[in-house]
Amino acid sequence: MILKLISIELGKIFRKLRTYIGFIAIGVLVPVVQISLYFTGEGYVDFATRNLKDSFFFVGNLLNGYLIAYLILQALFIHIPFLIVLVGSDLLAGEATSGTYRMLITRPVSRISISISKFFAGFIYTNILLLWLLLISLFVSIIIFGTGELIVLRDKVYIFASDDILWRFILAYGFAVLSMTTVLALSYLFSSMVENAIGPIVASMAVMIIFIIISALPIDILEPFRPYLFTNHMIKWREFFGDPVNYSEAINSGLILLLHIIGLFLITTYIFNRKDILS
Amino acid sequence: MDTEKIIEVKGLTKKYKNLVAVDNLDLNVYRGDVFGFLGPNGAGKSTTIRMLLTLIKPTSGYIKIFGKSLQKSRIEILKKTGAIVEKPDFYLYLTAYKNLEVLGKISGGDTSKKNIMKMLELVGLEKRYNSKVKTFSHGMKQRLGIAQALLHDPELIILDEPTTGLDPQGMKEIRDLILYLSKEKNKTVFLSSHILHEVEMIANRMIIINKGATQVEGTVDELLNPDKLRVTFEVNDITKAFEIVKLTQWNANFVMKEKNRLVFELPKNESAELNKYFIENGLEVSAVIPTRSLENYFLKITETNQ
Repeated sequence: MILKLISIELGKIFRKLRTYIGFIAIGVLVPVVQISLYFTGEGYVDFATRNLKDSFFFVGNLLNGYLIAYLILQALFIHIPFLIVLVGSDLLAGEATSGTYRMLITRPVSRISISISKFFAGFIYTNILLLWLLLISLFVSIIIFGTGELIVLRDKVYIFASDDILWRFILAYGFAVLSMTTVLALSYLFSSMVENAIGPIVASMAVMIIFIIISALPIDILEPFRPYLFTNHMIKWREFFGDPVNYSEAINSGLILLLHIIGLFLITTYIFNRKDILS
Repeated sequence: MDTEKIIEVKGLTKKYKNLVAVDNLDLNVYRGDVFGFLGPNGAGKSTTIRMLLTLIKPTSGYIKIFGKSLQKSRIEILKKTGAIVEKPDFYLYLTAYKNLEVLGKISGGDTSKKNIMKMLELVGLEKRYNSKVKTFSHGMKQRLGIAQALLHDPELIILDEPTTGLDPQGMKEIRDLILYLSKEKNKTVFLSSHILHEVEMIANRMIIINKGATQVEGTVDELLNPDKLRVTFEVNDITKAFEIVKLTQWNANFVMKEKNRLVFELPKNESAELNKYFIENGLEVSAVIPTRSLENYFLKITETNQ
């Protein structure tokens, strides 16, 4: 029954226009970044290698598909949640807005099954969206810019050989699934509380923005809170672009995100299960 | 009448902070009943129906459907129940056919094209099967609502004001459909309405609720066709009419007089006799207006609630 419900929920998601906003946004934004970098990307490479040029001589294609994909991932990582929230916020609240809660809940299925199926459908949407991002940002970039070594500017400059990069992207995207599912779970929670999807969209983004600001503010009093902000853990995909990879940090953050997902989902299901349907 | 209880409600109460939406409600619906659930707007009808369908949880009391606790056997009960709650809303971006298919699949009903088209035909929507519901009028959505309620061939059909927003022809069609389902298909129908006349035409048993509490309950015949009727006689000479009635046995049935009207509470067959008596005594009777006390009562509570 759950599989049938998930397929029905997926059918609903992919018949809505708002679902495609995310795909269109990525389909437009990523080529814009790619075109910009096609013309101005050398500047970034020069900036990244300015201190090394005195000692080293660089050969080969540094402005390559891997670098473009890395920069896109870094740049869009804060924007992708908005696209997830658009769908996540609508999962339950959308049924209330359209009045279809009544139709759905008077069917002979448990509310828990409905909650599970909706969340899984949202999870599948999240994965497909990330896959689309991976496809456009990595594979299309490789087609346009070719391959080569990847230069990453973090606390120091890392240079990865071209045959040492792909697995890092795969792990980074695997981590992104956890990060974006956390965002999905957050918006799903807000979606269960109200009867209009706008509120959950605003609330989810507000929580994320506030957490990001708290993380960025150099104020000592906020320091103890930072480890508990899930937004701090969402960016740990970058650990896979270090040498050596700090696996313990990545796994730790991954587990924290997983706990957030489970916790948020359980709270949502509890609320939904007890909710009086008045719409 | 079958004595198997299909719905049994005891002490049902729903409170929202200081508001008591449903107050200690008892009711029984038997197999084969078309049960009229009557009350003015805001009486607590929809809240009760929402509790019957597990959309909201009662504050206290219990509901048994098909002899089983709704709380414990929810899924089993809903498999045998079809419903419309208030206005039927659908996935607007899906066609009528697709909506029925989606809802039918969740209900575990027969979602073959043949069955879906049969349901659409039953409610007169077969030609619009491929139209998106966003293009439907309220009346069409109401019909589609009935189709989705019947798709999985339920034993019990709960209809919350199914004729609201329909034109007179549409209302008649829905009433005919309900009667067909009851008589030909042996379905039990729980019909909420705020129109007494509608319930009178369809139901065999009824309950009137107001402010969440039961006011009267019984068979439609008992309640709406009692032995005595309140009858108003409109005459040309009220003083003379009053004087000649004083000399008869009908004096005991006299209720009141106002302007050129005399009101009596008479056994059903006596209004014609009294009319004849007035005419034989030289009075002109311009109108004989029978009214039922329950109708008056219902009008009164409806006006009070508006």
